[in-house]
Amino acid sequence: MIRITLRELAHSRTGDKGDTSNISVIAFRAEDYPRLCQWLTVERVTEHFAELLGPHSPPVRRYELPNVHALNFVLPGILHGGVTRSLALDAHGKALGAALLDLAQ
Amino acid sequence: MKTLRIGSGAGYSGDRIEPAIELAEHGELDYLVFECLAERTIALAQQARLVDPDAGFDPLLGERMRRVLPFVGRGANGQRRRLRVITNMGAANPLAAAREVQRIAAQLGLSGLKVAALTGDDVLAALLRDLSQTLDNGSTLASLGDRVISANAYLGVEGIIDALHADADVVITGRVADPSLFLAPQMFEFGWAADDWSLLGRGTLVGHLLECAGQISGGYFADPGFKDVPDLARLGFPLAEVDATGRAVISKVAGSGGRIDTATCTEQMIYEVHDPTAYLTPDVSADFSAVSFTAQGPNRVLAQDADGRARPQSLKVSVGYLDGWIGEGQMSYGGPGALARGRLAREVVLERLKLTGVVFEEIRAELIGVDALHGSELGSRTDSEPWEVRLRVAARCADRAEALRIGNEVETLYTNGPYGGGGASKSVRQVVAVASLLLPRDAVTLQVHLEDIA
Repeated sequence: MIRITLRELAHSRTGDKGDTSNISVIAFRAEDYPRLCQWLTVERVTEHFAELLGPHSPPVRRYELPNVHALNFVLPGILHGGVTRSLALDAHGKALGAALLDLAQ
Repeated sequence: MKTLRIGSGAGYSGDRIEPAIELAEHGELDYLVFECLAERTIALAQQARLVDPDAGFDPLLGERMRRVLPFVGRGANGQRRRLRVITNMGAANPLAAAREVQRIAAQLGLSGLKVAALTGDDVLAALLRDLSQTLDNGSTLASLGDRVISANAYLGVEGIIDALHADADVVITGRVADPSLFLAPQMFEFGWAADDWSLLGRGTLVGHLLECAGQISGGYFADPGFKDVPDLARLGFPLAEVDATGRAVISKVAGSGGRIDTATCTEQMIYEVHDPTAYLTPDVSADFSAVSFTAQGPNRVLAQDADGRARPQSLKVSVGYLDGWIGEGQMSYGGPGALARGRLAREVVLERLKLTGVVFEEIRAELIGVDALHGSELGSRTDSEPWEVRLRVAARCADRAEALRIGNEVETLYTNGPYGGGGASKSVRQVVAVASLLLPRDAVTLQVHLEDIA
């Protein structure tokens, strides 16, 4: 089977609120949405960001928006203090969604 | 049916000005909204106001107003569609900001312009009467003591609607929830009831889509080969055409750069949203879960089917407090072996900080180009070594003097570190952190100022 990355099927945007990032994953084509729902489980996304989430972050949550064939992942704690006090180069986590697009199936 | 045209003139304090002027000039707008207050901007502005009682508003207010005021009102001959401006550029000092706008209007020879200022969001004095209150980060106000520098409640639409009833041409606010800046003119123009939750949910969607300006018209989107965006250097800012039922078409001025389609709209709808069935603002709990977008031609998208439920009972308050200093230093390495030399430099700096007893609360040492954005696990997914890497060491310290030592230690790599380190930089900044708590609505007293500004 040919290796396919998420980047070929979907696009993504990351937002921040306090300590929490939300990462949307939006299918380019509506017919790929069921495949994304099946593939992008909370466990899969949590595993991908395990190092950044660390051992103490609250659980990742997933919301479904079928009308716009999108998933929304909410990752509490991943910003380690949030934009106002984090030491991170990208304190907003603006670049996080791009890392998710490298997931391969 | 009447259609209201609302434009978005800024997505953050430092945003481009030309696209806003393009909208004012060619967008045939009724309202132009400038959203310029990030989470901690108001805390920084409060510090400026402590130094100078006439300061504390957005630093770009003057330039923006000089450029946009000539388009406000009905024009010299009274023939133009009436444009009004709504903005939170008042930050920590809406009254001083309104005086500045009046001064600029007079300079430009614009007479009869009505400027309103909305106050009431500053609740610091009220909060300090009960120091036992706990913030969302677990600290109490008492434990933060005199490090607390600001407390501002997120206001909703009420004060802005009052100012529009008072016929203001320019409404200047401090902290108001971003979508409320856009919802207020819709409620005012269409006479929507303050508890018609479905309509308020639809109007809030419009506000949410527009509040980051260029982020819905092609900004924060382009990924060459996958998602191409034409002419980002001339990105057009968005406008919404809304009818009395809350149906809205998002578009931009013809000929401007960027793109608006169902993909850009979907990305922006979910931006900074957690549960899409409950996007909380002071006005409504908006439900975006059933929203659909339909392309209506090039750069025109119809947004419909947002909904809403009763608004939250309390108001969210952002509390700004001083939280030490962040010291930072950077140094670059390039060519063969750059990665190994960058790693060596990182070890050296961390050991030096230990040897010299620098006191910090938290530290990060990373290699830009390798593991700075996504950590070492994701950063090792590539199989080729980078040609250049940049060491970055950052630490949060209680004292400024300690924070200074972080950057200094990185800089000493020039003459004491690995081969070929170049381009050192160092900085120290004070940390203004933000935490939040909830406040009963009746603890806030809104006031709209018109004639009493001067």
